[in-house]
Amino acid sequence: MAGALAMGAAAGLAGGMVGVGGGVLFVPALVLFLGLGQLDAQASSLLAVVLVAAVGAWRQGQYGNLRLRDGIVVGLLSPLGVLAGTAVANVASERLLELSFAAMQLLFAFQIAKRALRPSESPSGAGTDRFAE
Amino acid sequence: MSSRLVRLAVIATVAGAFSGLFGVGGGTIIVPLLILWLDYGEREATGTSLAAIVGIAALGAVAHGALGNVHVGKAALVAAPAVAGILAGTALQQRVPERAVSVGFVVVLVASAGALVL
Repeated sequence: MAGALAMGAAAGLAGGMVGVGGGVLFVPALVLFLGLGQLDAQASSLLAVVLVAAVGAWRQGQYGNLRLRDGIVVGLLSPLGVLAGTAVANVASERLLELSFAAMQLLFAFQIAKRALRPSESPSGAGTDRFAE
Repeated sequence: MSSRLVRLAVIATVAGAFSGLFGVGGGTIIVPLLILWLDYGEREATGTSLAAIVGIAALGAVAHGALGNVHVGKAALVAAPAVAGILAGTALQQRVPERAVSVGFVVVLVASAGALVL
């Protein structure tokens, strides 16, 4: 119980810092501390994610960091992906899918790190320094 | 369709697939693609990702709820401290440089990839 509360708090803190809903931590917390099976944990995690992400998006909106239109477009079009994922899951092994998404995340990590480590942008704005490299 | 809309549609598709397969919201896919493809700033990417996740996770939660897989009380047990956490996290994020947000995100991506492989 205390473990579930601590992991929930950590998931929210991380979610606020980097913009994820916390499902990566909710699922193991529900399995390890609250006794759910994997499927029920994933399902219950999604409900928790809805609430937490809604509060986070609302706060970021107040801070001026929300492009609501783009967020709505991605949210509304995501069922296409859920259908595609389900279709792919029927023909590809789960292990292959896990490794594929892990590889994608590592590629993103590399590109974001490279971007963060490059010299500071000039105050004259984006678009100019990019081509000066 | 504008190329911008096409890119948003691709982001939605990949994030939706990831969410449906692994029971998460898809933020680890949405945030980097908004930054790398649509030239978002780090803070804007995280705020917009959270809004998109509400829609993605709500669909999944409703579908799973209809199948009887959702345990509302247990979800609330992890969600309640997480709401406090995200209020603190978003407030803290406004006080650190965007580069620090990027570094934190790289750590989350590597950890998430590790969790998938193990």
